[in-house]
Amino acid sequence: MTVDAARLRSLTQEFLAAHPPATTPRADFLSARFDAGLAWVHYPEGLGGLDAPRSLQAVVDAELEAAGAPDNAPRRNGIGLGMAAPTILAFGTDEQKRRFLKPLWTGQEIWCQLFSEPGAGSDLAALGTRAVREGDEWTVNGQKVWTSGAHNARFAILIARTDPDVPKHKGITYFVCDMTDPGVDVRPLRQITGEAEFNEVFLTDVRIPDAHRLGDVGNGWKVAQTTLNNERVAIGGARIPREGGLIGIVAGTWRERPELRTHDLHQRLVKLWVDAEVARLTGERLRQQLVAGHPGPEGAGMKLGFARLNQEISGLEVELLGEEGLLYDDWTLRRPEIVDFAGREAGYRYLRAKGNSIEGGTSEVLLNIVAERVLGLPPEPRTDKDVAWKDLAR
Amino acid sequence: MNTTPTQPDLLYSEEEEALRSAVRDLLADHCDATAVLARIESDEPHDRALWKNLAESMGLAGLLVPEERGGQGASHREAAVVLEELGRAVAPVPYLTSAVIATEALLACDTDAAATLLASLASGRTVGALAVPSAATSGRALDDVREADGALTGQVTGVADAAAADVFLVPTADGLFAVDATAQGVTVEAQISFDRTRPLATVTLSGASGRLLARDAAPAVRRALRAGAGLLASEQLGLAEWLLAETVRYTRERHQFNRPIASFQSLKHRLAQLWLETVNTRAAARNAADALATGSADADIAVAVAQAYAAPVAVHAAEEALQLHAGIGMTWEHPIHLYLKRAKADSIALGTAGRHREELAELIDLRAP
Ligand SMILES: Cc1cc2nc3c(=O)[nH]c(=O)nc-3n(C[C@H](O)[C@H](O)[C@H](O)COP(=O)(O)OP(=O)(O)OC[C@H]3O[C@@H](n4cnc5c(N)ncnc54)[C@H](O)[C@@H]3O)c2cc1C
Repeated sequence: MTVDAARLRSLTQEFLAAHPPATTPRADFLSARFDAGLAWVHYPEGLGGLDAPRSLQAVVDAELEAAGAPDNAPRRNGIGLGMAAPTILAFGTDEQKRRFLKPLWTGQEIWCQLFSEPGAGSDLAALGTRAVREGDEWTVNGQKVWTSGAHNARFAILIARTDPDVPKHKGITYFVCDMTDPGVDVRPLRQITGEAEFNEVFLTDVRIPDAHRLGDVGNGWKVAQTTLNNERVAIGGARIPREGGLIGIVAGTWRERPELRTHDLHQRLVKLWVDAEVARLTGERLRQQLVAGHPGPEGAGMKLGFARLNQEISGLEVELLGEEGLLYDDWTLRRPEIVDFAGREAGYRYLRAKGNSIEGGTSEVLLNIVAERVLGLPPEPRTDKDVAWKDLAR
Repeated sequence: MNTTPTQPDLLYSEEEEALRSAVRDLLADHCDATAVLARIESDEPHDRALWKNLAESMGLAGLLVPEERGGQGASHREAAVVLEELGRAVAPVPYLTSAVIATEALLACDTDAAATLLASLASGRTVGALAVPSAATSGRALDDVREADGALTGQVTGVADAAAADVFLVPTADGLFAVDATAQGVTVEAQISFDRTRPLATVTLSGASGRLLARDAAPAVRRALRAGAGLLASEQLGLAEWLLAETVRYTRERHQFNRPIASFQSLKHRLAQLWLETVNTRAAARNAADALATGSADADIAVAVAQAYAAPVAVHAAEEALQLHAGIGMTWEHPIHLYLKRAKADSIALGTAGRHREELAELIDLRAP
């Protein structure tokens, strides 16, 4: 039987009747919600879903929100929910899906992403972390960098080189790494905001069971594509209200503090307000296309627009504050769980927004992707395609 | 200002897509770039045969007019789709002028004279033009023409598509009047226009007799100019889409340095950026069309946002197209200049982006110092 909106609504109501949010402990509620298939409705039965169309998640979420149900704090586990889960679903064994998806969804286990390396950023496929097979185990050695949230993570998605003698895209394998295993060393990297949101991760003789491999040996690049595509689509699907992003904060300041206003800033503010509103509408249009079953290519561009907007708006906000913009709220080295744009002050927003055009693929690389995959323009000429990884210039 | 309006429908319906392909087919057959180029140099800049096809045969002039008043009973959403296609072809027809702006002005009037004129505009057999300068915005004073004992005297310059108009809707301090273009005391003198696909003219009235359409012209003018500005964004979207698609095509074919020029990253990034702006423009233009169609309380904001965003995008698309076509883009034969001139003229028509931002600032309570 295909699950439609009416059926989902009544299933959700039945679920709420059996597990009243007011009296059910949060962890129990989330666990039961997963078991009822109401976690991510498009996942298979038994794995938190009901094989329903993805667009119907909104029906469940609206019912639960109206009932004041707890959510699974999605921002705490963005990498797990946005990237690890769809990859495990697509490439994992049944055993892996059963083991990892539920605690991932409930937020009991946080995930991080061990992809970037000092020598492999945009050119991710150049990575050098080695995994060598010994019987049923792999031994991993190497260094990862910019690993967001590694300090909170129980598991990581990891890509490593398993064959240096073939071209770089072909010798990569994808693993799940247990961050509590011996040989995993997480060291905070302090960033321009003063806090340490990301880390260096040193991997020394880390033993990963072959049962924690995702996909075939040597097929890791293809698996990673699933992760990266999901990373870029993760933004844009959510519905935000008018003035829902950083523009709302600066508009509020403008309204409350007329003494800060200047003509130059007024022009720029209203222009950015228009840009933010149009970006919101584009996201809304994308969402409507998804619901109608015709996903457009717009998603590829959302992150680009979002990064530029955040940077321009936060830059303007610091200027608007004038002398106060010369101050900063807190330089203490902290290790935060999430990026908190709204909870901090203007200077923090300005500095943190600089990462928006770097994390998850730089804007330059995303423009290449739009140009090649959406507009069909010719790819860059390549000198690395048929060369064994070990012979590449480094 | 945290209120989000009722959810707009930002997609195209199947009927709208069918309408689009019908219009596109017609334009492909009757409005290619060479024909437009030849026409703007002729004595008759407007394509009357094309207008007859669109307005009369296809019934598109009456989209905004309810069936019981002689129209098609469609909405701004459909008219926006037509304008996207007309923009894509820089078609020299008075659609925005007559079927949108003049029609909207008449929809705000409740006299018999207005009803009769509305029906004949809807049929497409009569072309109407609101006698205001092309650059007018809704707050404009209505003092170009004065009325005394039913006779109208005054001059309005920069009236878009006046040369094609059969009847002018003339706003005065004493009401909105209809004046036939052929009536005594009416002269229409073509101006040398920057955009010759939507040429401007000076309309001079010296004691011309007018039929009263409404006692108060201001609401009609406001409504007309708001709808015009909102739907102009769809025309700008059409312009930008053509320019992007054509530039993508050209840069893939043109080789320099033993490579297609589209394989150079500096060009790829610019085209990707343009694509992004076009995608955003589509959302903004659809939002404005939907807000006008549903009579949403958000329509003023939606229109101002769409104009403030779309106008610079269309100009940017044209300027990039010209630069990336380089020498060939600079020639008279190549149609890019038609698009550049239309895009630049559109960025002034019905209020510049800056004017719309000023209006918006009031609407969203972000006041100037
Ligand atoms: C806040 C933050 C959080 C992050 N979190 C994680 C994480 O959790 N896990 C993880 O694995 N990684 C993470 N990253 C790493 C991020 O994915 C990389 O920084 C990013 O992919 C860029 O790599 P790079 O820093 O090595 O820069 P490089 O690749 O060295 O790029 C340097 C410059 O060259 C440009 N460039 C490179 N190649 C091209 C090209 N082909 N065409 C045009 N320009 C090019 C880039 O755009 C950039 O401007 C994070 C980064 C940041 C800033």
